[in-house]
Amino acid sequence: MQFEFLLEQVVNGLVLGGYYLLIALGLSLIFSVGGIVNLAHGAFYALGAYVCVELTKRLGFGASVVISPFAVALLGILFERFILRRFYTADPILSLLVTFGLAMVAEQAIRMIWGAAPVTTEIPQNFRGSVIIGDFLFSRYRLLILAVVAAVLLGIWLLLQKTSFGRVVRAGIQRPDMVAALGIRLQPYMTAIVMLGVGMAALGGAFFAPITTVHPAMGAEIMTIAFVVVVIGGLGSFWGVVISALLVGVVRGIAIHFEPAAGEASIYILMFLVLLVRPRGLLGERIEKFE
Amino acid sequence: MIRYPRRTLLRAGAAFVGASALGFPAIVRAQAEKIRIGHLTPLTGFLGVIGSYAQLGVKLATEEINASGGILGKQIDLLSEDSINPATAATKAQRMLEQDGAVVLLGEISSASSLTIMQVAERNKKVFFSTGARSDALRGKNCNKYSFHCDIPNTVMVNAVGTALSQKGMVKGKKFFTLTADYIFGHDLLKAAKSFFGAHEANLIGDELIATDVTDFSPYLLKVRQAKPDVVCCNLAGNQVTNLVKQYAEFGLPYPLVGFNLNTGDAWAAGAGNLSGTWPTVWYHTLNNPASQAFVAAFSKKYGKPPENHAWIEYITLKLLAEAINTTKSTDSSELIAYFEKQSQFDIMKARKAYFRSWDHQLVQEAYPFTVKPKDQMKDQWDMLVLGDAVPAANDPLETIYPTKEQNPCEMKA
Repeated sequence: MQFEFLLEQVVNGLVLGGYYLLIALGLSLIFSVGGIVNLAHGAFYALGAYVCVELTKRLGFGASVVISPFAVALLGILFERFILRRFYTADPILSLLVTFGLAMVAEQAIRMIWGAAPVTTEIPQNFRGSVIIGDFLFSRYRLLILAVVAAVLLGIWLLLQKTSFGRVVRAGIQRPDMVAALGIRLQPYMTAIVMLGVGMAALGGAFFAPITTVHPAMGAEIMTIAFVVVVIGGLGSFWGVVISALLVGVVRGIAIHFEPAAGEASIYILMFLVLLVRPRGLLGERIEKFE
Repeated sequence: MIRYPRRTLLRAGAAFVGASALGFPAIVRAQAEKIRIGHLTPLTGFLGVIGSYAQLGVKLATEEINASGGILGKQIDLLSEDSINPATAATKAQRMLEQDGAVVLLGEISSASSLTIMQVAERNKKVFFSTGARSDALRGKNCNKYSFHCDIPNTVMVNAVGTALSQKGMVKGKKFFTLTADYIFGHDLLKAAKSFFGAHEANLIGDELIATDVTDFSPYLLKVRQAKPDVVCCNLAGNQVTNLVKQYAEFGLPYPLVGFNLNTGDAWAAGAGNLSGTWPTVWYHTLNNPASQAFVAAFSKKYGKPPENHAWIEYITLKLLAEAINTTKSTDSSELIAYFEKQSQFDIMKARKAYFRSWDHQLVQEAYPFTVKPKDQMKDQWDMLVLGDAVPAANDPLETIYPTKEQNPCEMKA
């Protein structure tokens, strides 16, 4: 009996991890290609949620959960074109400051447009409640999120592995100077990557809007966990982030099963242990200076 | 270029110097004519949303008082800041009293922050009105002579809901599972809940302490299901209530969800289709009396939305403070304490007047249980709740729902 409940927590943790993945993978991609730690990533997550709530009033949840990530991704283009582009070769401290400032501006902008009080939206009727299979209980809605995350993940993997776009991006991550020497401009690729990352964060926000408090500071809330996931997974590693996100979800579920008070601390302990053994993260590249 | 005669320039210069010598002290004096009041409330973090309502409430009261001539003929100069966390709250409170010349402090929602401000108030021998903190301990073992408590304490919240639940047969012999916020407020509420369960033959079969930064409750909901309770009871605070309510609706667990703490801002944020059950409240904007309705109208006109209970409590607190200062003709803390300890009665826009109980400085007042309106009967997104009858019942003394002297270990040092 105890084992089954534990297994239930593990599965639930995997679903939650999949959701963290949406936000962390974009963060990791933008860092890998552009070398920028995008502290404004959470702002796009919040925007995704707000735009989705707004569109749901007019179009219903189904349509708006599809449209809002694209709408926010378009903002991502402007973000890359007018802000990020200036900082690829600059001191990283500058891009940190700029994106941090932008996150605050975005939060304030949301407060001005939608007000400080949370806005609300609901899960559509047919995705409410739970599915019970044997002794296991799943939230119907989270199963939907899991399916979408799996599809997105597969899509991105195919994009990076099987297309010429992906080859250039991967080459760009490894040897940007070589790619440039071959006469390929990385700029448009970077725009696409930022669009993708920002869109994924917005998708996460849109999907979580019906089951969390949609308030101006929600972006800052999610950033902590997204960073933990990226750091554990290792900067610059696709599979590292995937494994790490799932691990974080599962570890939290197990911790809460046995020792609820340690639930939130568990992920930081996990990060500590991983970094102790592997300072570069699970699958991250070797950092010469530190190892 | 216009040439001014030198003599005119000289004269103008002399006049200016003369005016400065006489004029500046006058300006300084004019500034000192204002009565400065320090206000702190969390605008960030899990209580930030209800804190922003609190700030709007106190601002409205300030403007109304100033427009009608101020207090003792002086304008109120309100210093309102984000208290952020207990440490910052104490630092800011200290600065407001020592450097900014605030004569009194008011505000706060977090019981943890309120406790630190109470200590600053005591050290500086200045009055502090803790407007929105509900932990029993603040007016119990941590009470002090300089601190007054305006919101209802946890015990009252528990009694208000508990009484309503008992009447529906949902308490006696039932199995409860509680989810509790892991800080002074939550611990305190759980203690009150436990003594209620004990007194009414209910069983507490499980309790989870939950850190205040948790936003995903799914692992806890799985534990609730494992325990198979009769009633799930939410002892959380702020945003967490909203998140839990939404995710509870998401998982669709069959056990009724009730709660011993809720602010209407959190109920609104949860959305009409998600919230159900019985909860307590200290005030709601549909409360039917002229004073309350006038406040709702003024607030809605100014801010475009109805006031939340923390807006109300800050509003009435500043109003009763102004009344006290006008009556005693003093902003001196010891005179104000003496005035409030006489148990002077105040209109707080409820059926019965309220007063600060002399020995623990608790504002004794009515409370209400509420249930949730079906979605199709709501007039607008704020018209969510149906208030039950005020507790205690009209013919019972107000103090019957408050902890007695035996239950409340408050000892004020002189």
